[in-house]
Amino acid sequence: MKKSAKNKIKLDVIVITLILAAAVVSLVLISVLREDGEVAVVTVDGDEVGRYSLSENVETEIVTENGKNVLCIKDGQADVTFADCPDGICSAHRPIDKSGETIVCLPHKLVISIEGGEVR
Amino acid sequence: MDKKITSAKRCALIGICTSCALVLSYVEVLLPPISAAAPGIKMGLANIMTVFVLYRFGLKPAGTVSALRIILSALLFGSVVSFVYSVIGGVLSLAVMTLLKHSDRMSVVGVSAVGGVVHNAGQILGAVLLMETAEIAYYFPVLAISGTVAGICVGIVGALLLKTLQNVKLY
Repeated sequence: MKKSAKNKIKLDVIVITLILAAAVVSLVLISVLREDGEVAVVTVDGDEVGRYSLSENVETEIVTENGKNVLCIKDGQADVTFADCPDGICSAHRPIDKSGETIVCLPHKLVISIEGGEVR
Repeated sequence: MDKKITSAKRCALIGICTSCALVLSYVEVLLPPISAAAPGIKMGLANIMTVFVLYRFGLKPAGTVSALRIILSALLFGSVVSFVYSVIGGVLSLAVMTLLKHSDRMSVVGVSAVGGVVHNAGQILGAVLLMETAEIAYYFPVLAISGTVAGICVGIVGALLLKTLQNVKLY
């Protein structure tokens, strides 16, 4: 009984270590392989509604049937500076600039993703 | 679950476990988010009850308690979106935890840790389906780490609970 409990903990440690190692390795790979992006693409409910170059500073309001978000592009980074959604996760998200990065506002079905630059 | 148990007792027991899980969900709603910049990172305290019921009473009661807790907490403090995520994550993690429990090769803590990761994998899957974008999968490594840590904590509390209550007659 004691031995089997020990074996179980051993397998626990192995599995947990493997999961954490895989996660850390993929995090490093993702951040290394990602290139700076060039455009911020705005999609609402899967449909593209706008593209904004990251090289120009703009502030734009995105009004969807579910609510309003403000997208601000400044110094080559895209950020959601205001949202009237209930959770505010998108406006709390840090600014993004790497190709493939996204800011998602689930309540408004809004996705802002960065494209361009080298393909990941 | 014991076959001799009457349906009234079973009903009461599931009710008690569900209300414990709901209280844990509520406590988690009251706590500030762990990181505003990283949504989806949660302790998943209610899963302490899922783990406890799964090990003490088996899959059926654990499924019932989770299903009731997910429906009730969505009605009380959730949204349709969070409900969809919880359902996908809950079903997947319960299925995997049951398989691991039956294989009997990992302890409660290890099973719970894997359950946590699978729960987050389910959330990402739900987000990919709902948002129709695969980009969000890049976020999985972050959630996998938080899910593992949360699962370990939940598993430790669950194991303590099982140990403390192992000689207590619950029905």
